[in-house]
Amino acid sequence: MQRIPVKPVPELVRRTIASGRGPGRRGEEVAGLAMAAPAVVLLLAFLILPFVLAFVMSFTNQRLVSPNPTSFVGTRNFVQLLTVRPFLMTPLTDPVTGETLRDATGAPEYPVLRDITRRNPAYPQFDGLRELTSWAIGERRLYLLASDVVFMRALGNTMLFVLVVAPTQATLALLLALMINQPLRGVNIFRTLYFMPVVISIVVVSLLWRFIYSPTGLLNSILTWLSFGNFTPVDWLGNPSTALGAIMAMSIWQAVGFHMVIWLSGLQTIPGVLYEAASVEGASTLQKFRHVTWPGLRNTAVLVLVVITMQAFALFAQIDVMTRGGPRDATQSIVFQAVQRGFERQDIAGGSAISVILFLLVLSVSLLQRYVTRDRVR
Amino acid sequence: MNRTKRYTVTLLAALALSGLVMAQTTLSLWYHGAGNEVERDIVLQIIGDFNASQDDWRVTLEEFPQIAYNPSVVAAALSGNLPDILDVDGPVMPNWAWAGYMQPLSLSDGALDGFLPSVIGEWQGEVYSVGLWDAAKAIYARRSVLEANDIRIPTLDAPWTFDEFEEILETLQATGEYEYVFDVGMAWTGEWYPYAFSPFLQSFGGDLIDRSTFLTAEGVLNGPEAVAFGNWWQSLFTRGMTPGTSQDDANRETGFIDGRYALQWNGNWAAIPALEAFGDDLLFLPAPDFGHGPKIGGASWQFGVSATSPYPEGANAFIEFALQDEYLAAFSDGIGLVPSTQSAALLTENYGPGGALEVFYELSNQQSQIRPPTPAYVGIALTFEKAMADIANGADVQDTLDAAVDEIERDIANNDGYGF
Repeated sequence: MQRIPVKPVPELVRRTIASGRGPGRRGEEVAGLAMAAPAVVLLLAFLILPFVLAFVMSFTNQRLVSPNPTSFVGTRNFVQLLTVRPFLMTPLTDPVTGETLRDATGAPEYPVLRDITRRNPAYPQFDGLRELTSWAIGERRLYLLASDVVFMRALGNTMLFVLVVAPTQATLALLLALMINQPLRGVNIFRTLYFMPVVISIVVVSLLWRFIYSPTGLLNSILTWLSFGNFTPVDWLGNPSTALGAIMAMSIWQAVGFHMVIWLSGLQTIPGVLYEAASVEGASTLQKFRHVTWPGLRNTAVLVLVVITMQAFALFAQIDVMTRGGPRDATQSIVFQAVQRGFERQDIAGGSAISVILFLLVLSVSLLQRYVTRDRVR
Repeated sequence: MNRTKRYTVTLLAALALSGLVMAQTTLSLWYHGAGNEVERDIVLQIIGDFNASQDDWRVTLEEFPQIAYNPSVVAAALSGNLPDILDVDGPVMPNWAWAGYMQPLSLSDGALDGFLPSVIGEWQGEVYSVGLWDAAKAIYARRSVLEANDIRIPTLDAPWTFDEFEEILETLQATGEYEYVFDVGMAWTGEWYPYAFSPFLQSFGGDLIDRSTFLTAEGVLNGPEAVAFGNWWQSLFTRGMTPGTSQDDANRETGFIDGRYALQWNGNWAAIPALEAFGDDLLFLPAPDFGHGPKIGGASWQFGVSATSPYPEGANAFIEFALQDEYLAAFSDGIGLVPSTQSAALLTENYGPGGALEVFYELSNQQSQIRPPTPAYVGIALTFEKAMADIANGADVQDTLDAAVDEIERDIANNDGYGF
């Protein structure tokens, strides 16, 4: 009979197991700390410290370039960014008769909005505000005034971007993962193809897509050809109504491969025996997906959703390269505004305040997602 | 000779050499043109000549890519590592002077005599920087095209008037031969917008800021003249005469040369490829007079002395040395820029009498107006850029200009008036 050799247990391990709190334990702690130290130091220096600084600076008037001393200004930066007030404008009336003034066509005449929002002592609450949007209610007009219209647009665009991109990208990535999870010949070629855009720098991808979207670009050529010339070329990035959509489509295409790989890793952790058992019991493909695949992907789904949401909130490079926020603020984003103000406009405090707002936004969305996707079984 | 001896001799030689070098005080020079061999060679030649010409100072060069240059200077200023001599973009200079990055020049009397006014960087009555060259803009056109359409060729003394220019654009558009009749270069986002388009605004009678106080733009950037400009500007795009904000760089480079654009608003730096394509047929025309005289933007990169330099006398000596005509001409020949003096222009290939680019010197001399010399310019430029893009994309002209005025005022207020 062959004897299985027993390796001697090393002294350190034995002592640790035996005592749980021996002299070796201490050495291990030191070693552990020493190994963690480089990462901890780097995290502190490049993540925690800048964040604390940004938080502090958002309450000051810190400038990038200025001889003026920095001072605390309280919440001024946040008030300037976030103030939104409704204003109901009534038509002008004749001071004598009290009747509504009308122009030649009978339409009521209104005061000039800027007279109200620019240093008007009667309306101190509207000072410096601008029209964000307005609706007509009968002969009156309801204005939504904001002190920072561009930031409000950036906020709205980013939210819309997240709402569209997160579900679409996650679903498409799952479909791709299901497709390339088949044991087919040459499936690796497809895996590589789908993953390729992820490896290319987003700046390069954005530049290429600028050409694709140009009025004489590839997309318009293809659409014209497919429609036998009936399609009128669209200036995708130059038109306020198509620009954000164009950037969404390109962003989804660019990062879908990354999330596909995460889904794929989730798919491959599901044991094959479960599918075999389901087949034996006569389950259809759809039933297998519903009752085997999807429950098995639970944790992956939470991860993918959280990662996509955070990435979508950080929308920047595409905007910077492709549209710089235009046309007419149709593609402003929160991070693009933070960078524009902090560095280009030299307003570090304003940029910091935007970063803090973004942080709170992402934090609350992540908490909400965790709450919604929490494990309800327990 | 054995090894020890050889080492000793080498060491002594090195010591002796470094002793010689040590007699000269080292001055650092930062330059924005990394990647451009021609520029580098000229700067190195000036430095070499200067170092050889005297025994007190030794200038060393550090180069940065243009896109990273301004952030590098800001970072260096924050950490207290500014060089002795730096180069600075003309309109940005007041911002740096105000921030305490730069000190006024102390050149000898008459050192700047004969220089184009736009290359002398002044802020609050002091000269802080001086440029070895300027850049100028013109309307690129082809003589054959204008003659075929019976269009008068304008001169510096008799530029096209507003009505004439409108008629010309319509005539050219009616030919149907061009994708666009007047390309202004919307592809070149950034500083090009205020540099190239604010002269139109000024020719209409508006401006970027009220230059009497430098505290407000009310009535100047959103007054009736500015609104007239804005309406005209918007109409260029709605009438399909001008490529819009989605124009790409490639079309900007080749549109005129390929004959797809009839007229192009462009800088002298683009002249060489156009000359190669059209030769004698090419014309550089002055900006139209929209009512308040034809205008072009002035001031390019200039040299100045950092505020923290311990050796301002050395830095000033270098700048004065670099202002010699031969170097101004070298830059002009090397990269096609407008030389800063008439006497240097005579030495150049292109700007002398009968030279292909001669007209640009007079354009600079007669029409150039510098961008507002205020530290607020950095913010004004971004605000104006956005307003121009928004109006081109169909935004309401009055609202957009009003918003731009408010934004400029808010920025000035946040900075306690920028020293005004």
